[in-house]
Formats: sequence, C-alpha cells, structure tokens
Amino acid sequence: MTTSTDTTPAPPELDAAQTLGGRVQTLAQGRWRAAGIVFPFLMLFIVLTIASSSFATKANLLNILDQQSATLIIAAAGTLVLVSGGIDLSVGSIYGLSGVVAAELALHNWPVGLAILVGVLVGLAAGLINGVVATYFRISALIATLAMSFVLEGLGSLITQGNLLNLFTHQSFSDLTRTSIFTVDSSIWLAVVAVIVLGLFLARTTTGRYMYAAGGNPEAARIAGVRVNVVKVISFMLSGAAAGLAGVIDASRVLSAQSQDNSSLTFTVLAGIVVGGTSILGGEGAVWRTVVGVLFIALIGNGYDLLGLNPLYEQITLGVLMILAVGLDAWSRGRAA
Amino acid sequence: MAGVAPGSPSRRVFVELREIGKHFGGVRALDAVSISVEEGTVHALVGENGAGKSTLGKIIAGSLQPDAGEILADGEPVSFRSPREALAAGIAAIAQELLVVPRLSVAENVFLGAEPRRAGWVMRGSLRRRFDALATEAGFGLPADRPAGALRTAEQQQIEILRALARDARLIVMDEPSAALSEPDTVRLHEIIRSLTQAGKSVLLVSHFLREVLELADTVTVLRDGKLVHTKPTAEESEATLIQAMLGRPLDAAFPPKPSLRADAPVALSVRKLTAPGVSDASLEVRAGEIVGLAGLIGAGRSELVRAIYGADRRKDGEVELTGARLEGAAPLASLRRGLAMIPESRKDQGLLLSRSVFENVTLSHLGEFSRLGVVNRRAERSAASQVLDRVAVKGGDYASPVAALSGGNQQKVLFARMLMCGPRVLIADEPTRGVDVGAKRAIYDLLVGLAGQGMGVLLISSEVEEILGLSHRVLVMSRGRLVAELRGEEMTESAILAAAFAEKTAESHAA
Repeated sequence: MTTSTDTTPAPPELDAAQTLGGRVQTLAQGRWRAAGIVFPFLMLFIVLTIASSSFATKANLLNILDQQSATLIIAAAGTLVLVSGGIDLSVGSIYGLSGVVAAELALHNWPVGLAILVGVLVGLAAGLINGVVATYFRISALIATLAMSFVLEGLGSLITQGNLLNLFTHQSFSDLTRTSIFTVDSSIWLAVVAVIVLGLFLARTTTGRYMYAAGGNPEAARIAGVRVNVVKVISFMLSGAAAGLAGVIDASRVLSAQSQDNSSLTFTVLAGIVVGGTSILGGEGAVWRTVVGVLFIALIGNGYDLLGLNPLYEQITLGVLMILAVGLDAWSRGRAA
Repeated sequence: MAGVAPGSPSRRVFVELREIGKHFGGVRALDAVSISVEEGTVHALVGENGAGKSTLGKIIAGSLQPDAGEILADGEPVSFRSPREALAAGIAAIAQELLVVPRLSVAENVFLGAEPRRAGWVMRGSLRRRFDALATEAGFGLPADRPAGALRTAEQQQIEILRALARDARLIVMDEPSAALSEPDTVRLHEIIRSLTQAGKSVLLVSHFLREVLELADTVTVLRDGKLVHTKPTAEESEATLIQAMLGRPLDAAFPPKPSLRADAPVALSVRKLTAPGVSDASLEVRAGEIVGLAGLIGAGRSELVRAIYGADRRKDGEVELTGARLEGAAPLASLRRGLAMIPESRKDQGLLLSRSVFENVTLSHLGEFSRLGVVNRRAERSAASQVLDRVAVKGGDYASPVAALSGGNQQKVLFARMLMCGPRVLIADEPTRGVDVGAKRAIYDLLVGLAGQGMGVLLISSEVEEILGLSHRVLVMSRGRLVAELRGEEMTESAILAAAFAEKTAESHAA
C-alpha cells in the first residue's frame, strides 16, 4: 500500500464543528484564559454604570477602593503564596493580631509610627513561622497555616481580653489612612503602592521567577538550583507582612481593632485570588489578575447595595462564581495537558 | 491489503480503520489513515514522536474520538465515545503510564469495575477463584493478595494485561509497553505477547524500539506527520527500511565519531566511596573530555548514584571532588556553581516547567546573570537564551510560548541549553534520549560528543546498550547499587555489559 494523501472532503457541518471546536480549544489555552476575569469585570462595570446613576461617581468608586484596600494588599501577597505552591489560611488572624497589637501600643501612647511598624513586623514574624513550618518541618501549608490561625487569634484575644479596642481617643492613628493626597485617601495609595510593588516583584525579579518555578514543578526547580524552600518562606513572609499592614490599615480606617471574627477575610481574599484566575495548584497566576478578581467581587457587593437587591443572594452569586472560575481553570488545564 | 505473514493462512480482519482524521487545535495529528488489524496477529505502529501513532492507538481504544473517517469492528461500523465502549466491543488499551490502584490488591485491580458482586457487595471468594483461573490460563505468577503498588513495573503491566483478558478483549492496544522495562522483563513481555496471539488475540503495538517491532510484529505500519507511509509484512522490513520510511530520508551513521581523548587529560570529577540510598561504596573518575557510560539494569542504582553525586539526594558517606576541590553540602545549587550540571532522568517531572516559556526554562539556573538588584533584565535574558538555543539547535519557533508545546527532542535540547548557560566542566546526562525520536537522538549524540570535544567531562546513563557503546570512551556497569565492572577498549561489548549487569546477582545468591 502506498501513501494516501488525498482526503475525502468531510461533510460541511462536521467541518464547521471541527474548526469551532479547535477555536474554542485554542482560546481556552491561550488568550481567553489569559484575559480570564477581565471581560466579566468590564461587563459588570458597564451594567452597573447603566443601572445605577450613583455607581460611576468618583465618590462611590473611591469608596469601593477604600473599603477594599486591606483585602487588595493581602490578596496581592497571597497571590505570591499560591504561585509558589502554598496557601495561607492564617491571613485573617494575622490581620486581627497586627491590628490589635498596633492599637494596643497606640493606646499605651507609643508613637503612632512605631505602633504601626510593630504591627507590620508581627505579621512578618507570623509569616516567617508559617513558612518555616510549611517547608522545613514538612507540614502541609494548609494545615500549618490553619493551625497558626488559631494560635494567632488566641494570642490576639489574650491582648484584648476579648474586647473591641477603641481608638477614638487617639485620632492621630487615623492619619495613616485618612491623609488626603491629590484628593485621594492614603489608604488607597497604600494599597496601590503595595499592589504595584508586589506585582513587579512577582513578574520581574529573580525571586518572582523562582516562585513560578517552585510552585509549578518543585523537583525540577530544585535540580535547576533554585532554593525552593527559601523562595516559599519568602512568599509566606510577604503574605504575613501584607496581612499585618492590612490589619493596621483597617484599624486606622475604623479606629478600632478586634482579634476575633476575621476568618471570613481569609476566604474573601482567597476568593479574589482564585476568581482572578491564579491557580490553586501553583505555578500560574499574576497579581493584576488578583486585583481584578478582588474588585469584581467588590463590584457585586456594591451593585447589590446600589440596586437595593436582597443581600442574601450576594453570597450565593459569589459562591457560584467561584465554582465557575475554578472549574474553568481545571477545564483549561485538562485541555492544555 | 498486504498483512499476511508469509506462509500463514489469510486471517480474518477484526478492526478496520478507514480514512481516520484527527485535529488538535490547528494541528493535524492524523490525516486519512487506514489500517486493518487481523485476528491473532501483532500489528505494529512506528513513527517519530508526533507522527500520530499514539493518537491512532487512543482512537482505536476509544479514549480519543476521530474528527473524520470510520471504525469497523467485525465489519460493522462502530463509534466509541469512551474506553468503556471500546472495551465492550473487545478492545482494551494498556497505556504508557500504567493505571493500577496502588492500595488495592492485585486481584482487585484485575477485576476493577467488573467485580463479581451481589446487591452491591463484592464477592471476594468468587473474585479470587476467577483471578486464579485467569492467571493460570495466562501463565502469570502474580501474587493475588499483595497491594498492586508494591509490584514492579513489569508485574503491574501484567495486571493490566490480565484486566484486558478478564473482559474478554480480542484486541489489546499497547503503547510503548517495554519502554520502562528491564531486559529480562522485556523478554518475558514478548513471550506474553506471542502467547496472546497464539490464543487468537490481536495486539496493536506502538513502539519506539525497532528491534522489538521486527521481532514481534506480523505487520508493520509506518506513520509520518500524521499520514500513513505504508503498511507491510514485517518480513519485508529491516531497521534501515523502517527508519528511512519514518524519517522520509536515509539516516546517516547512528553515532558520530567519538572525540579523541588526550592521554594526559586531567581528572574532572572524582567520586570516592560514595554511599547514598540505593548506592553503596561507589568510586569513579571522569576526565576532562571523556565520555563515561554508566550501564546497568533498571533499578541497579544508576540514577541514585548520579543524583547523589550531583547533590539532588543526600550523600550518607563518601566524597565528590570537582577538578580537585571537594563538593560540600547537598544543595544542587552548590554543585552548579562549582561546574557540575545534571540533565535529570525525567524531563517532565524533574526537568522542565511545562507551562512556562522556553526562555524561562533555559535561564532558570542562571537567572542571576541577567539581573541587577534582583530585577531580571528581560532583553539580556532573551538574547542570551536565544544564542544558546541556536547552539543546541532547537527548532520550532516561538521561544516565548510554553515549553510544553515543543516535541520531546526539543524539550531535551532546552535542558541542554539551560545546562550550557552554566558552563559546567562536568555534565551528568541521565537517559538524555528517552522518549526522543530517531532524528533528534542523533542531534543529542552530536551535542554530547561536541561538548566532550570541547573538554567537558560527561557521565552518561542510558538503558540502550548501543548508545553506551556508541558514545563512551569507557563503560562502568552497575548492579544492586554497586559499581561491578569497568570496561575499556576491546572489552566494551554488549555481552560484556550484560554479563556484568547480571553477574553480581548470581554472585550474591551464591554468597547467601
């Protein structure tokens, strides 16, 4: 038998189906996946602009950013942890503890700047412990940081005796977030700077590159000479410091701090990262995605408020969206393999 | 259609494929391929990587669906939407990566999904009886109650064969069945395949090993770039004709000439009394410009030895010296900085970041060189990476796209490029041509010989004895974690290597 090169032309409808299937596949692997949450975000933005006259106003948009400043900072750093192949479930407790520590020190009339710095350092230290336990002690990051979250929340409660710390007598504590620069609150500037710094760190530095390597294929990274554990510890330290800064920021915004009931923040942050399209399996993702993911979730909340919808449905919407986002991730990975 | 072995009576066709086509995205993996598999025969599919042979096997076994063409079983048109449907029609597949549930027993694995049961309860006694009957019939001595995960690769493969037989499969598709097997296990596999055909079963054999194909197959189909080149009785083929058909051109000499080794070449790598998990008391030397082959059976501890030398695994005892200076610590980073590089055994698991770009994969070990204050200068990175990639002749275009898109041979060259960036004095290459097609193999041989010619010491592991003989100045043979023989010059023969690889076993059993 000889080479048979001439093809029988396929029926037209089959042919069409093939090209369509091919296109969907290519898109899932490439551009479509890269764009990820951007199109839904833009669509939601446009819909809200049309549906509510008070949505696209400077006051409302700045208000959203102010409310999200803490979440954005934690989620940006959390992206680095996920990319490195880890997960940090202790950010809520670090956020609580750091806020409480800074507030307590301010109440003892420490200089505000020093109180804030110590708050951030508490977060950094917690992150260091997380990182060391999750790598050198070989305890999975999920368990290590979950356990850590209980410890830290308990520590915070020891400081506050379970009370809400009230800072209304120390108005200067609000200078951190309520200083207006170019008519925009410093809380927002802090978030913008943190997000840009972390984004560039992940995308442009050697350590950022190593994070993708450590999360994508730790064994290959190790053999290629990457110090995988060091890289992972750095990601946890950044996550801890970011959560500490976020805790201080929110303490400054609302002039109070409490050690308990911060665990829902952990999951809001994780939701933002994952909806943005960063893979929970490590090795893939970007900070800008997380920013879009966090803001997407914030827009849903804002939309429910402005349109006066039943807020009970807000959580359902969010949950369904997360499933869709993660499902899409798994699906496109399956295709690419 | 020619497909009848000379002298044997004309056989009935079981499965026939007509004008099968398949796309992946924009890539045409198969283009109007037609083959017929006859009862009681071994039909081999050969071709370079990416020629479409595995795809064709998967279509027959129902794990992929064709875009065009039709499949006939016993003359009736069929379409399989899943492996389950193919199995119902009598077609089973044994994939390259074996699919056993490690915690379940051998017998449970064989009847997985088809357990004898009553009202949802597995009938263990009946399962065991059926397993024994089946294993006896096939002549397999598998331990029914051991967990499947504790068995060797070859035995796990037998589990899969039994699984196919348990479901009355008439055609078994085997994708590279001997790729991960040692020599004696391969011999045993070949016996099994022959006995299957004697029992009237058919085997569709997808294999890289042309000798295996020539030995086993009745009929052989050659594919190239998704197209059928030809189907012929194996008796009309030889290695040379098959390679020529696969490549579309004749292959020049299989190995480049060995680089000349200066008599006074200094020792580049010296290993003394090294002990590590799976390795005991190994001492060896590699001189600058020398290629030392490390041979042995699978499981003899070759990879363990080189991983311990490189520092990928911890050394328990012993010393490693690189150009006279002791290598301290176990971190691979320290070895790389001193001038010892390793291309690991599995490029997918231990080598590449598959979803990252070719550039990033090449510069991973040497990123600090293109960075200032920790920030990567991407322009410098890319131009340096492009130069090295040109040196190793990676073809296939866009270096910014994920490395997963490259062929196996090019992926391996990316690892060479990464290693070259570090400018090592000694290179460890662990199975550098595994899963690489014929054309790319020669390119990798050229690279190795070229590097040695420039004075690099090379420690080469390969399970293909011809490769060891064709490239090495000197051969070390490992068995049971020990270096048992050193062969030079005239002593370097296939039989000497195999004798040494097996000798230790008998010596130990005498001692015991």
